[in-house]
Amino acid sequence: MTTTSAAPATGTPTAATVALDLAGVSRWYGNVVAVNDVSMSLGPGVTGLLGPNGAGKTTLLHMMAGFLAPSRGMVTLGGRPTWRNPEVYRRLGLVSEREAVQTYLTAYEFVLASAKLHRLADPAAAARRAIALVELEGARDRRIGTYSKGMRQRARVAAALVHEPQVLLLDEPFNGMDPRQRLHMMELLHRLGDAGRTILFSSHILEEVEQVSGTVQVMVAGRLAASGDFRTIRRLMTNRPHVFTVRSTDDRALAVALMAEASVTGVELGRAGLTVRAGDYGAFTRVLPKIALREGVRVRQLVPEDESLESVFSYLVEA
Amino acid sequence: MSTVSWLTLRGLFGRRRFLLLLPLPVVLVGLAVLSRWLGVTPRDWGPPVLVGLGLAVVLPVVALIVGTGVLGAEIDDGTVVHILTKPLPRWQIVLPKLAVATAVTGVTVAVPLCAAGLLADSARLGLALAAASAVGALAYSALFLALSLLTRRPVLLGLVYVLIWEGLLGSVVSGTRVLSIQQYVITLADRIAPTDLLLGDVSVPVAASMSALISVGFTVLAIDRLRSFSVAGETS
Repeated sequence: MTTTSAAPATGTPTAATVALDLAGVSRWYGNVVAVNDVSMSLGPGVTGLLGPNGAGKTTLLHMMAGFLAPSRGMVTLGGRPTWRNPEVYRRLGLVSEREAVQTYLTAYEFVLASAKLHRLADPAAAARRAIALVELEGARDRRIGTYSKGMRQRARVAAALVHEPQVLLLDEPFNGMDPRQRLHMMELLHRLGDAGRTILFSSHILEEVEQVSGTVQVMVAGRLAASGDFRTIRRLMTNRPHVFTVRSTDDRALAVALMAEASVTGVELGRAGLTVRAGDYGAFTRVLPKIALREGVRVRQLVPEDESLESVFSYLVEA
Repeated sequence: MSTVSWLTLRGLFGRRRFLLLLPLPVVLVGLAVLSRWLGVTPRDWGPPVLVGLGLAVVLPVVALIVGTGVLGAEIDDGTVVHILTKPLPRWQIVLPKLAVATAVTGVTVAVPLCAAGLLADSARLGLALAAASAVGALAYSALFLALSLLTRRPVLLGLVYVLIWEGLLGSVVSGTRVLSIQQYVITLADRIAPTDLLLGDVSVPVAASMSALISVGFTVLAIDRLRSFSVAGETS
């Protein structure tokens, strides 16, 4: 397991801020362990919860949001457990992955209902403020059923933000959004994080996390595989050994030439072609065409082996 | 009206399934009007229409549609999270929803039953049927609302209770009638307006106390289950 610093993206949690803490949290369903002994502390700023599908991100988020009891361990917000404790929702907002929204309401009605349920002093003003924050003013009186997926997501974010919670949890908030909507949501999360709120969003897409958060928690197979600064983890991911299968017009000559290349750590000559181990993905893929040209060898096939996100994450667990 | 009640009503009438509420009461009143118009004696058409259709089918089926709709439909489509992520004690969610379910079921069933009772016998019988069916609406709603939180198939289990327990076993095994809301409603209506058209098989104290016990018991159970409500484990 790789663990870098667990500091939040901005600032350090103090008594004045509300920290979301997980202490040795596990959750299992029968014999299946969905989340395995996860501990983390989230403070102000944007944190990405990264992991492949099935890694346990949603289960973890549900436990954070008080919608699932940990089988073991404790999830607390400001020192109080989130499970069976509706009071935590005064300081916590949740945007679930499921596109669940009352389509027969207008966005204003939807957000206003949230404000009233929170018993805010001036629910109408709070609803208008939240709708303005997600820039839905122009469409606020239209039924949500007529909205695009991105607009619905923004309406749900507005409802989750109407009481200005210290902590906002979002499960796969970029799913199904077009690039413009995605950019808009990223800007919103940035602004909220910069304003001192604790934002945690889950994603299985590395680039999404890269663009939004400085801090990342990586989950693989229910375990917290890496935690800390995104750039450090990104470096670990890109610098891992890569395996390529190369087929060319002269595999033997290419193998000899490749062995002299610094980015190559091993070459194996087989019937199916060359199996090349490279320490640096970028350097190898840049240098291969040059070597082939110099040696007068034509590369017929270059296949990176097991480049799935799962294998990248698995490497982090083993590293 | 509380925000939870308002959202529940909008949810109930914002979904197409509320259209299912309309045909049965219309059929009930239609049959009563037709029987009266054709000159059939109330002794012949009263029991099958008032009890066989009204209390054995219309009341429980409408209560099932509404009772499972006020919370079960929100659980099914995930919109329940919107209400649950609020700092509300769970009884403040369950009680308004129960009130809406009881009121909608009561109005939908009591009005046609009142009309049918009036056509069959007297205004007193009509009012008795309306009052007793309101009690039944509360008991059925509490039961079906709790079922929404106890099982993922509340409609199926509700139908098993109505059709198998009350309908089939109730007519064959007399002991099962002690646990039949339908029998409580018949008994209470017969107590308010004694008539040959209604024949209750349980005593009035049993009907009254069991109605109260079921209403309170399942409401308490629903509140407790909602406190521990877990979102289905979709891991990703």
